[in-house]
Amino acid sequence: MPLLILVVASLITMLIIAFKRNHRAIFVVTALSFLASAVSLFWLKDRLPYSMPPLFILDGLAVFYMGLMLLLSLVISLLSYAYFEQREERKEEYYILLLLATLGSCVLVISTHFASLFLGLEVLSVSLYALIAYLRTRERSDEAGIKYLILAALSSAFLLFGMALVYASTGTMSFSGIGTYLDSLQELPLLLLTGFGLMIIGIGFKLGIVPFHMWTPDVYEGAPAPVTAFIATVSKGGMLGLLLRFFTQADAYRYPVLVLIFTIIAIASMFAGNLLALMQQNVKRILAYSSIAHLGYLLVAFLAGNELGMEAVSFYLVAYTITSVGAFGVIVILSDEERDAELLEDYRGLLWRRPWLATVFTAMLLSLAGIPLTAGFIGKFYILAAGINTQLWLPVVILVINSVIGLYYYIQIIAVMFQQPDPEKALLEKLSPPAYLTSIGTISIMALLLLWLGVYPASVVDVIREMLLSFSTLASR
Amino acid sequence: MILAWMLVILMAGGLLAWLAQRWHTALPRWIALAAVAADFILALSLWAQTPELSITTSPWLLRLELPWIPQFGISFSLALDGLSLLMLLLTFFLGLLCVLISWREIQHKVGFFHFNLLWALAGITGVFLTMDLFLFYFFWEVMLIPMYFLIGIWGHANRIYAAFKFFLFTQASGLLMLLAIVGLYFIHGQVTGTFTFSYFELLRTPLTPEVARLLMFGFLAAFLVKLPAVPFHSWLPDAHSEAPTAGSVLLAGLLLKTGAYGLLRFVLPLFPGAAQEFAPWGLLLGVIGILYGAMLAYAQTDLKRLVAYTSVSHMGFVLLGVFAFNTWALQGVVMQMIAHGLSTGALFIIAGFLYERLHTRDIRQMGGLWPEAPKMGVVMLVFVMASLGLPGLGNFIAEFLTLVGVWQANRWLTVFATIGLVLATAYSLRMMQKVFLGPAREAQPILADLNLREMLIAVPLVVLILWLGLFPQPVLDTALPAIRGQLEAYHEPDQKQEPVISQVMPHVALPDSTRFSLKGGIYAPK
Repeated sequence: MPLLILVVASLITMLIIAFKRNHRAIFVVTALSFLASAVSLFWLKDRLPYSMPPLFILDGLAVFYMGLMLLLSLVISLLSYAYFEQREERKEEYYILLLLATLGSCVLVISTHFASLFLGLEVLSVSLYALIAYLRTRERSDEAGIKYLILAALSSAFLLFGMALVYASTGTMSFSGIGTYLDSLQELPLLLLTGFGLMIIGIGFKLGIVPFHMWTPDVYEGAPAPVTAFIATVSKGGMLGLLLRFFTQADAYRYPVLVLIFTIIAIASMFAGNLLALMQQNVKRILAYSSIAHLGYLLVAFLAGNELGMEAVSFYLVAYTITSVGAFGVIVILSDEERDAELLEDYRGLLWRRPWLATVFTAMLLSLAGIPLTAGFIGKFYILAAGINTQLWLPVVILVINSVIGLYYYIQIIAVMFQQPDPEKALLEKLSPPAYLTSIGTISIMALLLLWLGVYPASVVDVIREMLLSFSTLASR
Repeated sequence: MILAWMLVILMAGGLLAWLAQRWHTALPRWIALAAVAADFILALSLWAQTPELSITTSPWLLRLELPWIPQFGISFSLALDGLSLLMLLLTFFLGLLCVLISWREIQHKVGFFHFNLLWALAGITGVFLTMDLFLFYFFWEVMLIPMYFLIGIWGHANRIYAAFKFFLFTQASGLLMLLAIVGLYFIHGQVTGTFTFSYFELLRTPLTPEVARLLMFGFLAAFLVKLPAVPFHSWLPDAHSEAPTAGSVLLAGLLLKTGAYGLLRFVLPLFPGAAQEFAPWGLLLGVIGILYGAMLAYAQTDLKRLVAYTSVSHMGFVLLGVFAFNTWALQGVVMQMIAHGLSTGALFIIAGFLYERLHTRDIRQMGGLWPEAPKMGVVMLVFVMASLGLPGLGNFIAEFLTLVGVWQANRWLTVFATIGLVLATAYSLRMMQKVFLGPAREAQPILADLNLREMLIAVPLVVLILWLGLFPQPVLDTALPAIRGQLEAYHEPDQKQEPVISQVMPHVALPDSTRFSLKGGIYAPK
């Protein structure tokens, strides 16, 4: 069981800390446990679907999303090593929290019951509270942590209340039970609709979509860069996997009200994210707003709802997470002891100072903008295809408009990178070579993956199709 | 396979040039030169074999088809016909010149510069070759990013703004085209059951008039912006004047041609009905472009901006010819694409030479350069004359054929288009007069005349433009089968779609065996 490996690993790290603080040992244990748990998924693959009623199910969708998130966490932990090596005396607990947060996120994707859903959500959120405020000596870290704490608690309350209302009207808390109950209805009763509405608030908060996005820029800015990468990818990915499962199993696409709500959210997210990103001077905030927009794009594919739509969501998520981790990875590497490299000023002339890093960053930004040769382009194409296939003309056209708006601030960062550097800005490289090489190697692999997906996506598309096949046959039963 | 090799050589050459900078600063230049030259020779050898290849009934000389993303019906599909071949020859020839003119102009980040140059060329080559609509969009975008870097890093003072504008304009219109492509893909899939992006399959998609109109506007958006037709041209003067010389040559010589090529290759055959409906507007836009471009060109004081506006004017002829729907006009369009690529490229190159020497592009600060630099003056004179359409030079043939073709489609607009030629004379002569004739500048260091490298660039251009003007037959022959192919959809009698203007249908269909020359048919249109 991949989850058991994570649990055991977090216990082991805790014991090691109690015994002797050694950053490197703990880092190695963490990375290995992520790797082992990802590998164990292959071993599971033959016995799918494997369910533990009523709480969990392991099917193709779950395995795919878990694999994605475990690998992303592995990459993030690889990046974190160099980052934490140079700051903060107590760096070991970070890895426990990282393991637990990943665990929570994995639980989300395999849950088929409100109880397990909430369990996973809280494991994820509680770890994140601590992770966000981890560099507590920094000015904005505490602020971000507290902001996230309050809003997350609030949204959890909404979610709980929503679940309670749904339970009150359906009498069951398992997704399939709700689905069968809904089958017997023609219209959504008001109570149930309210319940769903409140749940959407809870889920929407975690995804950071408009109008529940207020926390995103502040938290992205305040959290340490690797944690930001984690929030942007693993935490959102887990939630999205859950949303896909819930919507499909409850067959919520039948209800125009729900579809309408998500259409409005998607459109608002795209516009708000991109327009607000235009006004930012801080790279982390730009990426925060752009993530809001990207979630909006994802929702367009999500709205399409058929198999093509689910493929599109999954593929785009893969492309987007690789890109985000890569982009935040560059920020991580450029950050120094006092602060993260977040101002546009920090990137001036990067192409001449650190050509390789700048090239990788450019590739990541172009992928976010959806330019060919990168994974982001294929992802965007996939979404457009899904949208046009189900004739969601309005969201699709708005997506196109927003791509252009988005392009503006991405190429603005790129333009800053190739301006002439300030002469007085000397190279600052004080990192130990192995740590530095780990980070550089990691983002290089991300960049290569990005190109590979962009040029030859066929293999990944196959994997996604195969995985989703087992899920959709199951769901249609 | 040769077709794929052309792309591989350029891309690999680009990467190699980037890496080679570490060892020696001159190495990237030689690598780039070798890569483009290799492709040029490949294309020339293909052309030399053309007669025997074209015996087959199909206009297609070479095809290559490899599966790429089979799940979507996307294949790596390349094909070559006479039109693509001519465009490739132009691409590689101008590519060679671009490497040569950058030899002294570009002094920092040489490796990265040549990487971008070669990748832009690779993107353009891909656009001219591909027969898969997805791949077409792919290459369409691939050529933009290197171009953006070329303008943004090595351009003149206002380069960032120009690069942004260029990128946003083309990207926005490109996305509309992507929408149209995907729409076409699904419609074709739903009607026929096979989901494919293959050009040859999509050609026979049955479309309702409304859908066809919508989809066509998606394609038109991309091509008209790239061409550029007048309301969408505002990126062009900025991008052209701020780019380094090689960038301007690439933009004017090749990037604009991709728009024209797209109109010929995709808009005409894919949407015959909708294109005919749009034809009067297309012709009108063309005429507006010709006149407006020429008038603005007359008012410019910046030499590169002036040449940029002449491009707008000349591209108006292309638009005009495309929407005349007959063989003559399309022959003219192909000629215009090549001749304009050479002549405008040459004018930008001369502007680059002058800028290297005088460090200004302002023609008010020039004048009386002839005695100091007679060779440069002669070269400039040739291309100014070409630009105004002097008989004996390539542009004349192009504009003449176009006008003859358009006359059959719409007489009044032809009259206005012809006025454009008069305006062209005005701005061309003004350019020549202000720069090389007139009173000399105040005391300044003597202007160096063209050196050997520069002569090596200028002389082939002059020879080619003369050759195009005096003996255009080989070019016309090469393009003819391809042009017939594009017009095929219009010859089938289709009673359902009534052409909006009756003159649209060509009265004079050239017999298959026509090898018309200057003395032959065209002076006496029936």
